[in-house]
Amino acid sequence: MSGDHDHDHDHAHSHPHRPDIEDSDFDDYQLMAEAVGELLIEKGIFAAEDLRRTIEAIDAIGPAQGARVVARAWVDPGFRARMLADVNAAAAEIGIDAGPIPIRAVANTPGLHNVIVCTLCSCYPRLLIGLPPDWYKSRAYRSRVVREPRVVLAEFGTVLPEDVAVQVHDSTADLRYLVLPMRPRGTEGMDEEALARLVARDCMIGVAVIDR
Amino acid sequence: MSGNFPPGGAGRQDNKPGAKFAAESFGFGVFAPGTRVRVRGASLPGHIRTPYFLRGHEGVIESVAGKFPNPEDLAYGRPGMPPRTLYRVAFRQPDLWPAYAGSGQDTLIADIFEHWLDERPS
Repeated sequence: MSGDHDHDHDHAHSHPHRPDIEDSDFDDYQLMAEAVGELLIEKGIFAAEDLRRTIEAIDAIGPAQGARVVARAWVDPGFRARMLADVNAAAAEIGIDAGPIPIRAVANTPGLHNVIVCTLCSCYPRLLIGLPPDWYKSRAYRSRVVREPRVVLAEFGTVLPEDVAVQVHDSTADLRYLVLPMRPRGTEGMDEEALARLVARDCMIGVAVIDR
Repeated sequence: MSGNFPPGGAGRQDNKPGAKFAAESFGFGVFAPGTRVRVRGASLPGHIRTPYFLRGHEGVIESVAGKFPNPEDLAYGRPGMPPRTLYRVAFRQPDLWPAYAGSGQDTLIADIFEHWLDERPS
């Protein structure tokens, strides 16, 4: 901090600060993405405004769509069966576009708890629950949840008894996964909309529970 | 595929002329759920979707996920044809990690393409 610093400081120290985006190097893939984007715009394939809108639309997806699918599965056993067979088709029934990549629902039961990860990158059911949280993409989560899932779950506040088996789903290739939590006890009187509000993102990843 | 269900009768199906899956003509095994398999230990460059930590390990076919263009080919701008069968393979956690701290019932399921799997005698 220099002496001509005119706000209310009577002490000399440097503040820790977060580096500006430009302070870290662009990697090859970022440069390639920027270059391809600029070329497509230059060639008139789409406009900058289209690109912006698309990014905004992707960023705007949250876990609400996935929560609606889960709540419907809780109230409608037929829907649940169809969802377990084909999430994308079941979602379409209630007007949700889950995209072309096949999504597989993995259902929690009293004896089984599911959790999802992508050890190779960051595969995630984005069209149903939005962009993955940073921790989902972190090396720590990706490497640890496959080898010590119970320890990782406990760090999220999810402590499972020994008699509940933990099943980790690593979406290494062409499928995406969505955890179907069990319907919590004491929710018999709730309607579908109220039920959907109980379904948090982390329950559909499987690091949190609402059902035990 | 249906000839090898239920899992009790699991095993490799012989290649047959006119068989449903193109993979058979390429000589890959077609595995029914319940078949015991070993992930190939190969170390290859490229866009490989078989994680290192599973290579060389034994697991059991949990289900058949379907057929998909081969991502190892797609990654280089090629068509990935013919499509390859993708399996959901279940591994026992204590088999993967000798020091695994948790229930012996804990499992991991990963999606592995047919050309990374060999059948193991059960």
